[in-house]
Amino acid sequence: MPADTHWTISSVRDALAAKKISARELAAEFYTRIARHNPELNAYLALCPKRAFAQAERIDGLIAKGATAENLPPLAGVPVAIKDVLCTRGVPTTCGSRILEHYLPPYDATAVESMEEAGAVILGKTNCDEFAMGSSTENSAYGPVRNPVALDCVPGGSSGGSAAVVAGGLAVASLGTDTGGSIRQPGSLCGIPAFLPSYGRVSRYGLIAFASSLDRIGPFALNVRDIATVLSVIAGRDPKDSTAAAAPVPNYQAALDRPVRGLRIGVPVECFPEGMNRAVREKVEAGIRLLESLGCQRVPIQMPNSDYAIAAYYIIATAEASSNLARYDGVRYGLRVPGSTLVEMYQKTRGRGFGAEVKRRIVLGTYALSAGYYDAYYLRAQKVRALIARDFADAFAKVDAIITPTSPVPAFKLGERTEDPLAMYLADIYTVTGSLAGLTGISAPCGKSPEGLPIGMQIYAPAFSEERVLQLASAFESAGGERL
Amino acid sequence: MKITREDVLKVAALAYLELSEDEVEKFRGQLDSILTYIEQLNAIDTTNIEPMAQALSGASVEHGTPLREDVVVPCDVRDAALAAAPDPAPPYFRVPKVIER
Repeated sequence: MPADTHWTISSVRDALAAKKISARELAAEFYTRIARHNPELNAYLALCPKRAFAQAERIDGLIAKGATAENLPPLAGVPVAIKDVLCTRGVPTTCGSRILEHYLPPYDATAVESMEEAGAVILGKTNCDEFAMGSSTENSAYGPVRNPVALDCVPGGSSGGSAAVVAGGLAVASLGTDTGGSIRQPGSLCGIPAFLPSYGRVSRYGLIAFASSLDRIGPFALNVRDIATVLSVIAGRDPKDSTAAAAPVPNYQAALDRPVRGLRIGVPVECFPEGMNRAVREKVEAGIRLLESLGCQRVPIQMPNSDYAIAAYYIIATAEASSNLARYDGVRYGLRVPGSTLVEMYQKTRGRGFGAEVKRRIVLGTYALSAGYYDAYYLRAQKVRALIARDFADAFAKVDAIITPTSPVPAFKLGERTEDPLAMYLADIYTVTGSLAGLTGISAPCGKSPEGLPIGMQIYAPAFSEERVLQLASAFESAGGERL
Repeated sequence: MKITREDVLKVAALAYLELSEDEVEKFRGQLDSILTYIEQLNAIDTTNIEPMAQALSGASVEHGTPLREDVVVPCDVRDAALAAAPDPAPPYFRVPKVIER
């Protein structure tokens, strides 16, 4: 097997069923690739070969008993990676933070459990910005991830490791999490499809919380069909998560081949301002034209409150984070730095355990929630959030989907933006809007900049319209969208 | 200036967060520019707008937040939970003394 083989979920399935390779051999091949390339990429933080090979042998057992491509479970033998903010029983789960450096969760996240029940072989845990706070994966306490497309560039973030392992051939698919763009933006910067399910579509039990009204779990893969397969596995109600909606899970595969002729595509004028990155504008415009050539109708729309999305997002997300991260106090798990009093122990543990960005956000969020500022910041941000959701609701009365760039820029150089947190926040402009409104969406690769860096086009649809996103992304991909 | 050194110290105390001298100064400046940017929220008229606390509609059966069946399930997790503690004293978590005498 050549090392550059780009395995997909369907090619794994066919190869296993035809006995061209065993699940065990496939897992071993991926561990060989990881040993060779991970020292450079720093995309995996922990590997779990024992668990992976046990699962691979279970799959090989099914095949030995006569399972075929038709009746193998949907992810049988597929080597996958899990972002390190998702709990994995007995496998280190650090959130990219020193404060959880040696933490071994006593249970699996529901999404992880679902992946394994569907036959996936979990290779390991992927690097990320600390507690998923960041847009470059440079905020990990365990060093930055490099972009496999351009090693001197960031892979995006916060799910940079999950994007890099798929783009770099070190996993066939992966799970990431997205609070303000943390799946879509690294997908864009690494040149692979990256999917944001609706808020409530995927159980978050076992996802270590950042901002609970915004956090989601979603897949990375090399093509839209694989995205649909993973989504089918992780979507659905979960008695362990009251925010996992009861809506039935549709057949996402069936959506992939539906024609897109006649669909109305909203293009917000605000998303293509004067002076924006030229390559991003050209490629996303070309992407819209490609959809028009498939029979979609382009409709200019307005999103008058989108300019305020970053401000609202960074108040809401940090306020929720300041509350969620109160649990790291050195008592029940993770790091403890001794102190002479209980409060001193809390302060020292949190002061040494958290990195700069996490502390900055805890301070900002605590400030926004503190007496005298709550109305001016937090409450106002929630009202602006309602206005942004209303902009989308108004737009979706006229269009079936909305298209924007995913990121205002292609991958940037490591270290280029670390000193200016506000500049880093502003790069989330296209993704935080959909996060605030609870929409579903995807970042689909739509060509490369003159420097060869990938560019992503974002497709939004109303909450619980995953099928429409997949339908458009699949048609776009089949028409050659990635090579624009 | 939106945020003073004293503000940073006060908030850090509320959050039980020890900050170094360097961090206090650095964060003050960074938070000042972030809060200046956030000021733009005041430019919007939000009269009669209900705050949006979350994305799901609790009123909708399908897309709301369902309750689970009220059935007893095993929940014997004490040992597993204590195993992750930095200083366990089964069946308790041990912490520095908080009661005088």
